[in-house]
Amino acid sequence: MAVRIKYFASLRDRLGRAEDRLDPAVALTVAEVWATLWPDTPLPPNTLAAVNMEYASPEQTVRDGDEVAFFPPVTGG
Amino acid sequence: MKVELRATPFDPLLELGCYQAGLDERLSGRYGATAIFIGTMRDFNDGDTVQEMTLEHYPGMTERHLQRIVESAAREWPLLDALLIHRIGALQPNDPIVLAAVWSAQRAEAFAACRFIMEELKSKAPFWKRERTAAGPRWVAHNTPG
Repeated sequence: MAVRIKYFASLRDRLGRAEDRLDPAVALTVAEVWATLWPDTPLPPNTLAAVNMEYASPEQTVRDGDEVAFFPPVTGG
Repeated sequence: MKVELRATPFDPLLELGCYQAGLDERLSGRYGATAIFIGTMRDFNDGDTVQEMTLEHYPGMTERHLQRIVESAAREWPLLDALLIHRIGALQPNDPIVLAAVWSAQRAEAFAACRFIMEELKSKAPFWKRERTAAGPRWVAHNTPG
């Protein structure tokens, strides 16, 4: 199973990279994807997540081929 | 309806005029109200002078959500047409950031739908502002209340 992870804006700057890739043996939730990649870094407060470009809760299950994104509150307009 | 991301400066009033001139001729005589919102880059924020701003977005997700926001407005109110243009990339003070325009028969739905589009955009469309001030670059952490 392959999952692509993207980071945007201040979160990307803080983490030092824009993308990750994960090949978990079992299905993970959005929160578990983060915890697997960043075991020493709690998800910053107010961070938003999306799966396949739709807003997602931390409990949402991630499936093979999904694109997961983490980003700070949006500030457009 | 048209939703567009723009990577270079644009003139919202010119865009508005061109779009309205090109409206479907079946709308001729039917719209009595056009509500527009133009967001423009300020040269100050949070007490500091802002020299430049960069608008980052999430390619794919941003377009999808903008489209959805306009479609939601069109379901909620009897809109005849809508136009939404939003900048990405590098902006200077006075550069327009966003143009939202809606056409309807009467003003109540035009005002309401235009406001709705902007508030939804502000809270849901994945854009992020990065400002350059005299002290260096910084990310805008949150939007100001509408």
